Amino acid sequence: MADPLPPPRLLPSGDSAVTVEFSRTIDETANRRVLALDHALAAAGITGITETVPTYRSLLVHYDPGVIDHAALSSQLLALSAGSLAPETDIRRWRVPVCYGGENGIDLEDVAKALNLTPDEVVARHVAGTYRVAMIGFTPGWSYLSGLDPRLQMSRRQNPRLATPAGIIAIGGIQTGIQCLAGPCGWHLLGRTAMRTFQLHRTPTFLLEPGDEVSFIAVDEKTFAEQERAAEAGELIAERIAA
Amino acid sequence: MTTLVVSQIGPASSVQDGGRFGAQRYGLTPSGAMDKLSLAAANSLVGNELMAAAIEIGPFGATFMAKDGPVRVALAGAPRPADIAKRQIEMNTSVTLNEGEKLTLGFARGGSFSYLAIEGGISGEPMFDSLSVNARAGLGSPYPRPLQSGDVFKVAPASQAPELRLELPKASGAIRVVMGPQDDEFSDEMKALFLGSDWAVSATSDRMGYRLEGPVIRHLHGHNIVSDGTVEGSIQVPGNGSPIVLMSDRGTSGGYPKIATVITADYGRLAQTPAGTPFRFKAVSMAEAQAELRRYKDLLRSLPHRVTELTSSDFNVDALFTANVAGHAVSATDVTTWPGVTPD
Repeated sequence: MADPLPPPRLLPSGDSAVTVEFSRTIDETANRRVLALDHALAAAGITGITETVPTYRSLLVHYDPGVIDHAALSSQLLALSAGSLAPETDIRRWRVPVCYGGENGIDLEDVAKALNLTPDEVVARHVAGTYRVAMIGFTPGWSYLSGLDPRLQMSRRQNPRLATPAGIIAIGGIQTGIQCLAGPCGWHLLGRTAMRTFQLHRTPTFLLEPGDEVSFIAVDEKTFAEQERAAEAGELIAERIAA
Repeated sequence: MTTLVVSQIGPASSVQDGGRFGAQRYGLTPSGAMDKLSLAAANSLVGNELMAAAIEIGPFGATFMAKDGPVRVALAGAPRPADIAKRQIEMNTSVTLNEGEKLTLGFARGGSFSYLAIEGGISGEPMFDSLSVNARAGLGSPYPRPLQSGDVFKVAPASQAPELRLELPKASGAIRVVMGPQDDEFSDEMKALFLGSDWAVSATSDRMGYRLEGPVIRHLHGHNIVSDGTVEGSIQVPGNGSPIVLMSDRGTSGGYPKIATVITADYGRLAQTPAGTPFRFKAVSMAEAQAELRRYKDLLRSLPHRVTELTSSDFNVDALFTANVAGHAVSATDVTTWPGVTPD
């Protein structure tokens, strides 16, 4: 039996939400506790909780104070956060194809130079990793992955790009990320995937869940182009794999 | 088929309803009307559900035309001049546009967003139970983008119902906030500066965020925190020390410390604060914020019961406004002075 974990801090986010903060920094245990509480709340089906938003270190719980009292909710949140972490079961695992380098990964060469590696070594290390979806946020489907090889960690770009294409695979700080929609990005672009974490009129609309495990597989430009067409037609592209 | 044609419209106008909920955990922001009380007021006047989709009209003017049949609409929110063939139309009233008639709206005065509700609502394809436009995500119906001149809404032909009007309490005073979630990232001195200073919404603000102009708020431990979840009305303080209020199209997570959160009951009033107009924040307890929320929801629910028939000797908006400014008609913060609202 592990030592009991410290209770989270409950921070008010206005009159209809509370932030359950497990840590002030990025840490794997805090993120697992966030996801564990998220699952526990879903299982408990507490009336009055309208929506939850897991992030690296905290769980934002939206609620209707007309249905559940702030104090009653707080005590339930603390009770469900107590105790040690149970071993995780039923983790979903995905293999995501990535076309690295070239026009799809315009920062690969510079990243390799900065890290004193060859581009192939950067790709090999990125592909070798097993990652967890720590959170999804900012824009639809933008998935923040923990588990980046420490050798690949580097600060974000001094000047964020104002426009990057859809489906980029990037690194920034101690994270790697999958940005679904085209938009601004301050991270280093290693490649692109045809997988769409968010796609209207597809079931499921959102592919990845916080807590999912992700690994990458390198594909060439021809395969990427084929996968892009298949994704357009509604295929998932990412492959669900056994443990 | 009867349609309402957008003959001319300025930027920052879009279809909005009560918002899109349930997918914030995937990064999908709720969007929805910036001023939900005004949305509900407009809808009440044409017999729609309170949070039905309506046309949110930004600060600039717009012209709408009924085609192939009469169309009944209602206008609420930021006051602005409105006329049909030179006949003046009051705010917070319903009006029927006969076929071929044009409703012309001028610039907003003393607010930012007006709401034009259409009797029978707006038909479209909901996504997560909402027609609200979220341009970045390509969501919204019938148009997944801000409105443009020439857009067309399929609508129900106008009913024979009498035209209605609605009197709304005029709220004023400080924008109330609950401190936190990261107010401990700021010194007592900085929190006092935040609560004791005049602020103004910057002209560069939009539906994602309102940048505030005022004193520089410094952090205790730097401006980078690990991203966490945001709500409508989160006030985050980036590295330059100028707070940003996160609005309806905000990102679902953010990495700057959030000093305070605007209470739900005052969010629409902040959204309607024109650029450059000074205002202040006032901290209230959680209990007070939630009591205000109950009153706000009671007010919303009361709207359909507060509409009355529009008569030819109608009320004078300016006189009502003056009475409120004088302070003895209704109080923004004391709901017991609001007709028809029963506090808990």
